Amino acid sequence: MAIFLTENSKVIVQGMTGSEGMKHTRRMLASGTQVVGGVNPKKAGTSVDVDGTAVPVFGGVAEAMDKTGADVSVLFVPPAFAKAAVVEAIDAEIALAVVITEGIPVQDSAWFWQYSQGKKTRIIGPNCPGLISPGKSNAGIIPATIAPTPGRIGLVSKSGTLTYQMMYELREFGFSTAIGIGGDPVIGTTHIDALEAFEADPETDAIVMIGEIGGDAEERAADYIKANVSKPVVGYVAGFTAPEGKTMGHAGAIVSGSSGTAQAKQEALEAAGVKVGKTPSATAELMRAIMRDRA
Amino acid sequence: MEYQAKELFAKHGVPVLPGETVDTAEAARGVAERIGKPVVVKAQVKTGGRGKAGGVKLAETPDEAVEKAQGILGLDIKGHVVHKILVTEASDIDTEYYVSFLLDRANRSYLAMASVEGGVEIEQLAVERPDALAKVQVDAITGCDEAKANEIVEAAGFPADVKDEVAKILVSLWKVFVEEEATLVEVNPLVKTPDGRIVALDGKVTLDANAEFRHADVFEAYADVVAEDDLEGRAKKKGLNYVKLDGQVGIIGNGAGLVMSTLDVVAYAGEAHGGVKPANFLDIGGGASAQVMADGLEIILSDPDVRSVFVNVFGGITSCDAVANGIVQALEMLGDKETKPLVVRLDGNNVEEGRRILAAANHPLVTVVDTMDGAADKAAELANGGN
Repeated sequence: MAIFLTENSKVIVQGMTGSEGMKHTRRMLASGTQVVGGVNPKKAGTSVDVDGTAVPVFGGVAEAMDKTGADVSVLFVPPAFAKAAVVEAIDAEIALAVVITEGIPVQDSAWFWQYSQGKKTRIIGPNCPGLISPGKSNAGIIPATIAPTPGRIGLVSKSGTLTYQMMYELREFGFSTAIGIGGDPVIGTTHIDALEAFEADPETDAIVMIGEIGGDAEERAADYIKANVSKPVVGYVAGFTAPEGKTMGHAGAIVSGSSGTAQAKQEALEAAGVKVGKTPSATAELMRAIMRDRA
Repeated sequence: MEYQAKELFAKHGVPVLPGETVDTAEAARGVAERIGKPVVVKAQVKTGGRGKAGGVKLAETPDEAVEKAQGILGLDIKGHVVHKILVTEASDIDTEYYVSFLLDRANRSYLAMASVEGGVEIEQLAVERPDALAKVQVDAITGCDEAKANEIVEAAGFPADVKDEVAKILVSLWKVFVEEEATLVEVNPLVKTPDGRIVALDGKVTLDANAEFRHADVFEAYADVVAEDDLEGRAKKKGLNYVKLDGQVGIIGNGAGLVMSTLDVVAYAGEAHGGVKPANFLDIGGGASAQVMADGLEIILSDPDVRSVFVNVFGGITSCDAVANGIVQALEMLGDKETKPLVVRLDGNNVEEGRRILAAANHPLVTVVDTMDGAADKAAELANGGN
């Protein structure tokens, strides 16, 4: 099963022919993903040789879906063109659009998120590493080599490198799906969406949730866990030492007044019965204990 | 700053009082003469509480404007030295209101806030008298048209004599928000003068840095002047994602989340080592090339507060051997300037080769530690003089 992305997922890449798009198309193919096409109106009808696999290039998302049965699009489109590309994916009614692009103006993200409401497309990101269901499919830039073996832990995180760090720490157990939802102020799929999907996924036994300062997504996730999640959840929050009013790398990572602090997030999670680790390694250790008990 | 917000207000039709920005006291005279009425001389700094700090003064005559300007220029307001002043028409105030638009992360859209009790700290009003602050959702696609503006005005309970005018101003303010791509536009106070005019007396605009490519002119015009000893300004010029903090352990890492986490881990470790803390946030991104590593180290080592440096890299897409080579080359580029101990933790893709390269280089100032927590402890210990 896994969540959002399975061995049956057929992936197209918007912005495949750019340098980032090519690099990661190659990596996605190498990790077993069914990449069935790319989208570039200027190169429609051609195909790109990726390490011996001929990947066809289509003029648009709808055409690519028509010809290949694609149900997932991964976007490496530059910020200035990202809004139009996401809108095209939504209009084509693709099931999942994974927006890797960093630096999209927030009003564009708010616009396309609003536009997606009531339509058929789930958006992940923007400014995210994508998601991987190890051994099945990889949509985005998460290195498949970190934790190549499938397992029964679900992981959801705002941060890319903390996703990698946590996958590495827990590679002996493996993951059903690991998903990076992105660090921007406006994102499509939230912690809660991922928690809901992991709770319903028979291949996931326990969940790691990684958050960071800014907004109140973690607090809302804590409320959701308390009411709806029966599987064990382990949490980690980054940014305890972040000063107020400064953006820490991610556009969304800013403490405003007393809201958005790591302390408040940790307390909310603990009140919901989530064990919160002090460091990434300590968090991994909490999860190891849970997985050993279940074995 | 206030004058920048007001320029953007005026550009989109939000009424402001006539005024000009000057950077010498003598220049204030000309502005006051042109206005031909009593003026207010206001310090232009990126912080609140200017009035209490003596940064806002009334002047009845042009001579007095010069005198007040002399007193305000050079003033230190919460660490911000005043280099610019705004000289603007003085206005009597009948009533003070509050209006703003901002990004509402939780709902992934926008929020309008309005109150007929303006002029106070709005955070305080929101806590003490939440009923006095109307909050109205604004759709990201349809925005704030006349009907939405009327809804906001009704919700806040604006009196009949100003309702239409305030609604009109809201539509203009929304234009500032959308066309300048702001994440916050705030007018506080929006005032009614005794003669019935409605004007924005003070305000704030926060622009979205991600949208800079569409607003290069505005960003350039409002860019801060960078002083040579300003570490953040120098880092920005080099394209580095750096935030100065007040501790002693310099931090370099890849990925915003991992670097934030590194700061926390160092702060915890510091509790056992004389309370040392992280000196900065620096994310060198996924690539972690030798040049970026050298640029980052150069900035951090020129910070006089830094006593040790912790380089924390997880090789995801980049392999650790490339990162290790980057560190070795960076140290060569810096040469003699490199005088502070470095603790390096590498993990992930091709880590064995990365550690081998660092071991082979055998740099006298570099200590390699295998785990993040262990490395943080070592870096904190070194920053505390080895204790």
